[in-house]
Amino acid sequence: MTGRARVFGNDINTDYIITSRRKRESLDAAVLRAYLFEEIDPRFAATVEAGDIIVAGKNFGCGSAMEVAVTAVLGAGIRAVVARSFSRTYYRNAVNNGLLPVECDTGGISEGDRLSIGDGEVRNETTGEVMMAAQLPEIMREIIAAGGLVAYFRRHRDFSV
Amino acid sequence: MAGKTISEKILSAKSGVDARAGRVVVCAVDCAMGTDGSAPMAIDYFEAMGGGPVRDAARIVFALDHYAPAPNRAIALLHQRLREFAGQFGIELWDVGQGIGHQLMVESGRALPGGLVVGADSHAVTYGALNAFATGIGSSDLAAILICGRMWLRVPESIRVNLTGQLPRGVYTKDAALALAAALGADGAAYQALEFGGPGVGALDMDDRLVLGNFAVEMGAKNGIFPADERTREYLVGRSRHDFEAVEADADARYARKIDLNLDALSPQVALPHQVDRVEPIALAAGTPVHMVYLGTCTGGRVKDFHEARDVLKAGGGVARGVQLVVTPASRAVMEALAQDGTLADFAAMGAVIVTPGCGSCCGTCGAIPGDGVNVISTANRNFKGRMGNSDAFIYLASPASCAAAAVRGSITDPREIEA
Repeated sequence: MTGRARVFGNDINTDYIITSRRKRESLDAAVLRAYLFEEIDPRFAATVEAGDIIVAGKNFGCGSAMEVAVTAVLGAGIRAVVARSFSRTYYRNAVNNGLLPVECDTGGISEGDRLSIGDGEVRNETTGEVMMAAQLPEIMREIIAAGGLVAYFRRHRDFSV
Repeated sequence: MAGKTISEKILSAKSGVDARAGRVVVCAVDCAMGTDGSAPMAIDYFEAMGGGPVRDAARIVFALDHYAPAPNRAIALLHQRLREFAGQFGIELWDVGQGIGHQLMVESGRALPGGLVVGADSHAVTYGALNAFATGIGSSDLAAILICGRMWLRVPESIRVNLTGQLPRGVYTKDAALALAAALGADGAAYQALEFGGPGVGALDMDDRLVLGNFAVEMGAKNGIFPADERTREYLVGRSRHDFEAVEADADARYARKIDLNLDALSPQVALPHQVDRVEPIALAAGTPVHMVYLGTCTGGRVKDFHEARDVLKAGGGVARGVQLVVTPASRAVMEALAQDGTLADFAAMGAVIVTPGCGSCCGTCGAIPGDGVNVISTANRNFKGRMGNSDAFIYLASPASCAAAAVRGSITDPREIEA
């Protein structure tokens, strides 16, 4: 998977990804994508392109467990988030929806860099830097490979562990 | 082989395998709660997964708490949908006005020692106060539990938090929670469990433990868990629906690290906008003007919290001009207790805005929304920009007594200056 880096800092909470008050109007990801990151980067929604990769520092997705913080990102055509670390609920929701969470050192990535996500590594095509990425446990890989928990459950109706 | 932490023991029992830190296990869930903020999406996922039947409806409960009462038609329709779904599958539903789901999980005895009790809301960690493994899940997880009654979990490493001493006068558990958040940072316990223990636990009543359990997620923790003792058993008399067995850590359990929290040494704390771990002693923020004071939430909306706030307000002569005081009891039971003992009348006489029990203003979904440039001091657990529904407001977090002291003076104040 390759894409353009869209870089954020540390401790980006779910309210910054999509503010709770927008949930009052709609839960539709196609609607919510218009408000992505509006609290911290009002121009983001207008400039996001399908295939962009979100890059962040530590504790991405902290705060609320609300799943629209993942589905609104997917709704914008983003398929992966690369961060130094995630909040566990965001990580979980990402896996369950087929949004790839990648944990690696992101300090050398700049806005607009071309990233390539491979098996166990993230390559910054712009700078040539290669970062080792943490491996996902098997069950998470299976859920992501299925395309998310919905597709996984349509097949198994349970966890096959 | 080394012994086990409380979390490892509970997850071993619920998965049927030797659940050690780092291993991913699939566990049977004792109870799962969804709110009007998460359950509507869970129903969408459930239907996309193929729909009914629900595996064990008795283990599921819905709470209409985030939008109480419904602020618009879209939410009213979501509420209708939840009521219909719950009726169709025989799921218990706590309707608008009954209170915050987390508080009701505890009051109703659905969260029990040794249980795996989850909620589709990050503050489900609260029930760890009762020696349950309690953690927040998403809507898709809740849908999977509806279908199969199970969930996957990576067994967390545990940080042992050794509590010693007891809180001095004018210092409350919220101050301890803020001090811990400052010490660990907003991700200091990421993917890990906070296991509270030590001689200081006995000095904390159930309301106190609920505050620390609730705050675990603000340090990134997967769960925060207390041992069960006589106070736990007393709290559960008349509440628990099932037998339970308390779970203790083994003496040789392995911890990621151990930290000490000496309650004797604490002073009133305040979290500054817009980060929960941006904490300083309240004395350093004293004098900051305050326009709105919020008493409520799953952190600070219980009877004891309102008593502490009322006492400071009374001792200080009421609410300062220009300050809006908002009172949101965590549950109907809390509100009824406050009505019976006169506390609610005291707040009303002081001009407080009294709001339907529920999540209220905490996450900006309903209740009183602060205006631009407004400084709010709140008993809640989060102060992110925009959290209360306006990104141009500034949220400070403190104990109920400190919030009340700010209401008295119209500025951030050390409550020890006012308390009788």
